[in-house]
Amino acid sequence: MAGYSDPGFDTLALHAGASPDPVTGARAVPIVLSTSFVFESSEHAASLFNMERSGHVYSRISNPTNAVLEERLAALEGGSGAIATASGQAALHLAICTIAGAGSHIVASSALYGGSHNLLHYTLARFGIGTTFVRPGDVDGWRAAIRPNTKLLFGETLGNPGLDVLDIPAVAAVAHEAGLPLLVDSTFTTPWLMKPFEHGADLLFHSATKFLSGHGTVVGGVLVDSGLFDWERSHATTGRFPELTEPYEGFHGMVFSEESTVGAFLLRARREGLRDFGACMSPHTAWLILQGIETLPLRMARHVENTRKIVAFLASHKAVARVGYPELEGHPSHALAKRLLPRGCGSVFSFDLKGSREQGKAFIEALKIFSHLANVGDCRSLVIHPASTTHFRMDDAALAAAGITPGTIRLSIGLEDADDLIDDLKRALRAAEKAR
Amino acid sequence: MKLLVHGLEAYAYTGGKPFDNTLPCVVFVHGASNDHSVWTLLARWFAHHGHGVLAVDLPGHLRSAGPPLASIEALADWLLALLDAAGVQRAVLVGHSMGSLVALEAAARAPERAARLVMIGTAVPMKVSDALLATALEAPERAMAMVNAWAISTLASKPGFPGPGNWLHGGALALMRRVQAGAPGINLFHHDFEVCNRYAGGLDAAARVRCPATLLLGEHDQMTPPRATRELAAALRATVAMVPSGHHQLAETPDATLTALRSALA
Repeated sequence: MAGYSDPGFDTLALHAGASPDPVTGARAVPIVLSTSFVFESSEHAASLFNMERSGHVYSRISNPTNAVLEERLAALEGGSGAIATASGQAALHLAICTIAGAGSHIVASSALYGGSHNLLHYTLARFGIGTTFVRPGDVDGWRAAIRPNTKLLFGETLGNPGLDVLDIPAVAAVAHEAGLPLLVDSTFTTPWLMKPFEHGADLLFHSATKFLSGHGTVVGGVLVDSGLFDWERSHATTGRFPELTEPYEGFHGMVFSEESTVGAFLLRARREGLRDFGACMSPHTAWLILQGIETLPLRMARHVENTRKIVAFLASHKAVARVGYPELEGHPSHALAKRLLPRGCGSVFSFDLKGSREQGKAFIEALKIFSHLANVGDCRSLVIHPASTTHFRMDDAALAAAGITPGTIRLSIGLEDADDLIDDLKRALRAAEKAR
Repeated sequence: MKLLVHGLEAYAYTGGKPFDNTLPCVVFVHGASNDHSVWTLLARWFAHHGHGVLAVDLPGHLRSAGPPLASIEALADWLLALLDAAGVQRAVLVGHSMGSLVALEAAARAPERAARLVMIGTAVPMKVSDALLATALEAPERAMAMVNAWAISTLASKPGFPGPGNWLHGGALALMRRVQAGAPGINLFHHDFEVCNRYAGGLDAAARVRCPATLLLGEHDQMTPPRATRELAAALRATVAMVPSGHHQLAETPDATLTALRSALA
């Protein structure tokens, strides 16, 4: 039944949420750089504010260009809707704060991006939201960490930077047994490599700064809802989700789960979180991310193809102690990766150099094509030393818990000629050996 | 709003305002494998513009208790009993798809209680293909995807339902899955399509309707194509209004549907 009525992934990446502009005929998605939108009448204005009609009022809440991005990501993920945010961190914050407040608790994977770890461990704790961290593969640990005030479980599809594959079916089962949703950070995998909702996750977000944008040009995030978590049923037995199932005085006593059986979470997130926290995305940013998504299937295939060649090169090099890519048999998540990530495990991975910190420094400084910077998922290849940058706030014990050593190097493989990248790495490995 | 109908709890969404049975009443009846939330925008608009609104969950569909009822006729009796429970003598009956048949049958069974009849995305008879029924029985999730593909005519429904940023295909599929999951022990998706398929009394019912009627049809509707309504329109002496959508008129073209419904109720 493939075709316009039931399009495949590549077609959705180009068409979902967008059609030729009805006024100008523009085929590409227009950038609607307007803060606000004219009402047809006073009655029309009132009906928009009171959610009697759908439409745009003010671009902090919604915008036509952003809406295309939101619909497109929801389509690619198999979700019911999405919200574009100022960054991936803003998306994570919005997801949590839509259902959690002072006195709430989260159970999270210990293998997280440093920024997410900071948010959970330090910043949200300051606002009364506590987090228990568990090793991502410890299913019993996830279950044991749940408390009566727990609001969600959270992990990354591929843990940063050790690439622990999250066993989404198992962790989702633990979450659902307790009447809780599972939120995942899907940045490293994108929907081209894995659709977490198909494995049981309920909510997900992306740092769209990375592969979705794909060109290292803009910062943005997207929060996506599957629409499948039954907030009312869970609240009836656990009392955990009054934000979605009881009247909200901040929006005329609206009960979001009554307004929309499948869209309650995003309604509250938009009507409260975007309105009040205000971490919205610029329409220009949304447009650049849409440009990236249009070639996502092509780019992800090339990212993975290049990565496999470079992993093979490094794994056989005498100066390399370890390569942490789940497709390698020695990786702890190898079996899980075969099951959940058959198209590949992305293009971000780490390896350990043999030798000293000085040799690691010499390696990075000898690279000419790889850029030394704090980002991943660019079309250009990137390199970073996590212990001194992204994870520098973590002590050695926390580093070890996240699978990082002082000599770990993280690569993000881009779209250049693989032979050129291997040549660059060879030169840098020689420089590292000479620095002994 | 919770009511007691035939001894079981029934739910009706009232459009964001307490229900007032002294106001002109509009009753909204959802289609197969749906619930009241497909009416959110329309229900809110009418509730805030001088009407008492009841957007029901049919029995066995999420918030209304009881087993799903086996026929359109039984559902029509249930709807009239719900009006009794709400203290409503006369109402505008608005239905979508399967719900349009329930509204039609109710208007025929109690002509004095139907102020107007609006049938959205409708056909009489509402025959369901053998292939869809068989798939619904054996692999309901696959059948839901089939329905989704036939029911939505665009990859870019604007301005979005219930608001911008929602992906209609995903939301519609999620709702069917939620309704199915909310009825353990029965394949509700298959049940509802069987109920539509079995209903044979539509044209007879149409002949008994006394109130003004409107058919609100989607120009690109593949589930209930406009051409399949000619006999029905004649029997009802109905006004026919078209909106540029597929079968998901309420979500695909919410503004055009509101305009058409306001016109029908004017």
